[in-house]
Amino acid sequence: MARIQLEQLRHSYLARPAADADWALKKVNMQWDDGGAYALLGPSGCGKTTLLSIVSGLIRPSAGRVLFGDVDITDRPPDQRNIAQVFQFPVVYDTMSVFDNLAFPLRNRGVAETQVEPRVREIAALLDLEPMLAQRAAGLTADGKQKISLGRGLVRADVNVIMLDEPLTVIDPHLKWRLRSKLKELHQRIGMTMVYVTHDQNEAMTFADQVVVMHEGMVVQTGTPVELFERPRHTFVGHFIGSPGMNVLPCDVEGGVARFAGNPVPTANAADGAKRGARTELGVRPEFVRFADSGIPVRVTQVSDAGRNRIVETRHGDTVIRALLDEHAPVPADIAHVGFDPQFTRLYVDGWLAGEGDAA
Amino acid sequence: MLALRSVVRRVGTQTHIHETNLEFQAGGFNVLLGTTLAGKTTLMQLLAGLVQPSAGQVWFDGRDVTGVPVQKRNVSMVFQQFINYPNLSVYDNIASPLRVARTPIAELRRRVGHIAELLGLAPLLKRRPAELSGGQQQRTALARALVKDADVVLLDEPLANLDYKLREGLREELPRLFADRSCTVVYATTEPVEALLLSGYTATLQAGRVTQFGPSSAVYRDPVDLATAQVFSDPPINTARVEKQGRRIRLSAEVGWDAEGTLGNLPDGPYTVGLRPHHVLPAQAGSAGVAVDGKILITEISGSESVVHFNLGGLTWVSLSHGVRRFAVGEHARFALDVAHCLYFAPDGARVGT
Repeated sequence: MARIQLEQLRHSYLARPAADADWALKKVNMQWDDGGAYALLGPSGCGKTTLLSIVSGLIRPSAGRVLFGDVDITDRPPDQRNIAQVFQFPVVYDTMSVFDNLAFPLRNRGVAETQVEPRVREIAALLDLEPMLAQRAAGLTADGKQKISLGRGLVRADVNVIMLDEPLTVIDPHLKWRLRSKLKELHQRIGMTMVYVTHDQNEAMTFADQVVVMHEGMVVQTGTPVELFERPRHTFVGHFIGSPGMNVLPCDVEGGVARFAGNPVPTANAADGAKRGARTELGVRPEFVRFADSGIPVRVTQVSDAGRNRIVETRHGDTVIRALLDEHAPVPADIAHVGFDPQFTRLYVDGWLAGEGDAA
Repeated sequence: MLALRSVVRRVGTQTHIHETNLEFQAGGFNVLLGTTLAGKTTLMQLLAGLVQPSAGQVWFDGRDVTGVPVQKRNVSMVFQQFINYPNLSVYDNIASPLRVARTPIAELRRRVGHIAELLGLAPLLKRRPAELSGGQQQRTALARALVKDADVVLLDEPLANLDYKLREGLREELPRLFADRSCTVVYATTEPVEALLLSGYTATLQAGRVTQFGPSSAVYRDPVDLATAQVFSDPPINTARVEKQGRRIRLSAEVGWDAEGTLGNLPDGPYTVGLRPHHVLPAQAGSAGVAVDGKILITEISGSESVVHFNLGGLTWVSLSHGVRRFAVGEHARFALDVAHCLYFAPDGARVGT
């Protein structure tokens, strides 16, 4: 196992990329420390699958290098990279027993049968598959099969990284919870580097210690789940993470004070000095919007029941401001005022957190 | 009005749908909520006329339509695996049902334009399906189902293959799309929160049976049995066996609480208690609720919420709370059960003590 570094990676599927949009990956630098839990999070087309394919060796990048430890493996074929992959649809040999499925990667590499047996039992115990070892894999549920896919990656001692590509997408919600916490538990127990690729913020945020948010072939922010939630560096991150996403409201800045529709709004970072003509916006998550006796006047236009939360849609003029309240919290009828928690209200200039710039 | 009357569906020796009586909310949003293989798709196929009931009838607008083929019912369908005509443009895909219905061209243009605008497809109308992302293809299939004035619209997990954020947007948009129409919508999903947010009626399904049908919020908060409570909880509801003794409910030798209200009148004996994770919170000094001591199994922190899995009396319990709560694996910690939100079930699963 080793640290994995991606240096100045660029990739285009076109022969002669010219425009910015021709690049599936624009310029990516990334480092995965040995034993870390990482997530690559972004919508379809953000470049996360391209990145994964470059690391696994299915695609050679147009530019840049992939390093495992100090070794440049950019030109190495997939089978010489010692990477285990788990895909959206479980890959199992239906006619084989669960035991033989787990033993397959070891036997394939000529590992002695005396070593196969204890290793398979060890991994089966970690995954709660022990009672099923003799069963045929065909009879297992979707989450059971996905555990086998994962187990086949874990069973090898020589794996550099386990890459999980949307591993829970086809799993029912109640099984998802179980498998997700199992994954997290596994990571903490075996300490193998894991990279989890998904479009689902919940999965990324609950699994990973570091989440890499990608958008249009670029990394827009890397951080802990708490950093991404509390301090998005870009309005895209604010919108993409959180459900509903961050409110992004047009504002003016004058004398160091941000104003939304004429109402002064205290923020954590407002300051003058934005370029003339730059787009200035306020970002505040629905979790930090509260009803108050005074503040920004709004109309309550919709209250949605989300179980443990209520999502309240309010409008000031045509601008929607959403608030997230507890299940039984009172909601004013029709006309009300809202206020924002200044600690979690921030100014964005041309999409980027003010004072941070867009130097990624 | 769309209704199933004593409908049974058997295939060989297996019963896919047990006897079902269901009157859908006319002109409203009806959600079928259940896990994979609970019977949602079979119910959809019965409603569409794609398969026939082994017993019972399907009624629509006061007519028995059992046996009426799908082409003769004014039904639109969208499935999880979206289907488009690969050789037609997005525009022609959406327009196809209107052409079949010989809609006048001006009207056709207006309606295709309107629905394309609503679903964010307006800039893509000239493309072929193969040139679209998965989300765009699914929206094209949705647009085609929505563009004609069907009496019944059947949506079988239409958002399951879409990106999380796209799903969030469409989930909000869909009820609005139908708000000013008179058609009856039936929408299948595996996700409890989706059922709630679509804000209509929900039928919960388990193993081929409809366990409850009513306004979604009411079914969620007031389930008639354990199966319904389990189907309608995400994260899964915590359940444990309790013993009622006189005016006390006992979870274990050390942990118990008073049986409030009509609960006290139940016969003594074993019951199952259900408590959703957001009513189990890490305890602080002075926390309300019944304190329990749990051994931490794993903690998941989502940025705004913490999900803590812990062992209590040999069972895994889950706590879901605001903010960041860090615990070490194996550590013992105190949790407070908000027992006012406990649901109680008799050994046969029926809800008691309401």
